[in-house]
Amino acid sequence: MKRPMILMTALMAFLLVMSIGFPALGADTIKIGVIGPMQFVQGKHHWNGALMAQDEINSAGGVKIGDRKFKIEVVKADSNEILSPTDASNAMELLITREKVNFVVGGFRTESVLAMQDVAMDYRTIFLGCGAATKKLCDRVGEDYDRYKYWFRITPFNDVFLVKTNFIHLATVGGIMRKAVGIEKPRVAIVGEKQAWVEGMVKASEATIPKLGLEIAGIWRPSQMATDVTAELSAIQRADAHIIFTIFSATVGVTFAKQIGDLQIPVAQVGINVEAQKEGFMEATGGKGNYVMTLNTYGPGVEYNELTKPFMDSYVKRFGEEPVYNAATRDAIHMLVECAKRAESLDSDNIVVELEKWDEKIPTGRLKFNKDHDPIWGPGYLTGLGVQWQDGKMVGVWPNHWKATPEAPEITYKGIKPYKLPPWFIQKYKK
Amino acid sequence: MIADIVLTTLINGSTYALLAIGFSLIFGVARIVNIAHTAFYMVAAYCIFYGTHRLGVPPILAVLMAIILVMVLGFICYRFFIEPIREHEAAVLIATIALAMVFQEIVMLIFSGDFRTVPPLLPGYLEFGGVKIAFQQLLSIAAAGVILAAVWTFLTRTRLGLAIRTTAQDREVANLMGMNEARVAMLTLVVSVALAALTGAAVLPLTVLHPHMWMAPLIMMMAVVVLGGLGSLKGSFTGAYILAFSEAMVVFLIPKGAFLRESVALSIMILVLLLRPEGLFGIAFEEER
Repeated sequence: MKRPMILMTALMAFLLVMSIGFPALGADTIKIGVIGPMQFVQGKHHWNGALMAQDEINSAGGVKIGDRKFKIEVVKADSNEILSPTDASNAMELLITREKVNFVVGGFRTESVLAMQDVAMDYRTIFLGCGAATKKLCDRVGEDYDRYKYWFRITPFNDVFLVKTNFIHLATVGGIMRKAVGIEKPRVAIVGEKQAWVEGMVKASEATIPKLGLEIAGIWRPSQMATDVTAELSAIQRADAHIIFTIFSATVGVTFAKQIGDLQIPVAQVGINVEAQKEGFMEATGGKGNYVMTLNTYGPGVEYNELTKPFMDSYVKRFGEEPVYNAATRDAIHMLVECAKRAESLDSDNIVVELEKWDEKIPTGRLKFNKDHDPIWGPGYLTGLGVQWQDGKMVGVWPNHWKATPEAPEITYKGIKPYKLPPWFIQKYKK
Repeated sequence: MIADIVLTTLINGSTYALLAIGFSLIFGVARIVNIAHTAFYMVAAYCIFYGTHRLGVPPILAVLMAIILVMVLGFICYRFFIEPIREHEAAVLIATIALAMVFQEIVMLIFSGDFRTVPPLLPGYLEFGGVKIAFQQLLSIAAAGVILAAVWTFLTRTRLGLAIRTTAQDREVANLMGMNEARVAMLTLVVSVALAALTGAAVLPLTVLHPHMWMAPLIMMMAVVVLGGLGSLKGSFTGAYILAFSEAMVVFLIPKGAFLRESVALSIMILVLLLRPEGLFGIAFEEER
């Protein structure tokens, strides 16, 4: 009987050591939650960017914070946020309470990110947004700093600047139309999906488009999940629109482009079409997505600075596709780690102080936050790109000799190509 | 604008009619509220996509394969998930919701949440009154018309059609007359999901595929069925075009409120039900014998 007792005691001692030992090992790991709609493109790129950062940091030997060395571990959480904001806030709660992550990066849909933001703030967990554009997310920092200071937006820049950039694109295309086919005052159909983030943009469009020397042909607000917009397209043709100003983040972006391509409707599509930012856009539209122009963060072959190409190349090499803007989770994790290093602490409050001081280049430009923890937009900082689908490929078309003010220096990023009007548009309007 | 409204009504109305008639058939015959009906439509659409894009088979063959597969799937679902609980209507309703979710998740796992499209069978367009209309739209209307006519002929001119209609009118009497009511119910479910698959084939080139594409038509299909009168095929047909017309009117007359098209259609349904609770062609409910 003695022998089994000894064995049993040894086993219990082993289990005890293991149970104490593992948390000790875990203490040398920084856990970063990556939250996003993992069944969708946005979530996949959130995760890809995070994996890249994790491997880059760990293969460099980890990070030294104070006198301790840490490895990075990214933890995936499917927020299902495109379909359910409730699922999203539950996923955030689980990341923080069950997975015990130190920080969180990601998020995509505004309605869901607002809910997730509150959960993260309840636990004073730093949450770096890599997907939602609504200004309100950062306004909350200004309104209640002590509660919301743990939130920073990494990408995209907020909807006010998104729309501002879009108006510049719109004016650019309007100018090209005037020059190419002599339409003095191109008519613009504003088409925005029915979602919260679009409301402000539609109002701003109504106020600004006439000031750009363009005329409003009408406003259409289809459902974001619409799989048929032939009725809207018929009405837009009746309104004699030359440009469709698109504000889409969901299915309707594919539907619209496909049905316009099927019918070769003589209009130029300019604006935001999140689906058109993805490499699979041509396949999704059955090859009918040519000439769609959208605001984007990355463009194949386009370089904002010396960091862009190495990042794009290694991303494409590893994942076999171009990144979408949500892949900025990579930058977010690098920033968190760097700020923790500078703060010599993993304490959220100390890291917030370092993030607020951040003013450095990332692959998409120079990132610096305003007082509300929103990235600064403009020449010299983040500007985004205008990309267009030409011959089945995405190419960067803006900024091309762009001057923010008459006195400002002209900006053209390396790799930018000229914008093209659809040939059936030229055929219809060329005098 | 009138031509646009008519065309839009015809396209959407035909889709709703095809879906609603299938749904109505199985409800009328077996009192099965098959929430998974539009999920079968989604599965068929993905099967056609898989056949044409991954296997490289001709579209017609892909459509046939999809219809057969969906019919087999419908049979399996009926035999193992619906028949054992058929007498409990609420349980059947919940089971079919679960089935739809399972189909959605399986499709999501296989194809991911990315959007897909298939090329039109008939590329090109014609200009009518200054507006471009795709040949595929006209083909879809024609296909829907042919399918509806075939269903009508099947129900009115064949022995199985007669059995289905008889069972729909009175299950107990059909049973007393020696008809195998359970077998008729099973065959009706298979026919109804085949109709869902045919709908998928007819409208697929006009739409965008994604795993949640079954939800929006489900709401409209149920609205059509309730508006027309539960279990009434004539009602489903008429209701489909009424709701499609109201949707088209909203898009053309209130462009800023295009997203309200479904809400307006559902409001019309509620209004009709307030005035005529049994629906346009329904029979007032009687107590079960």
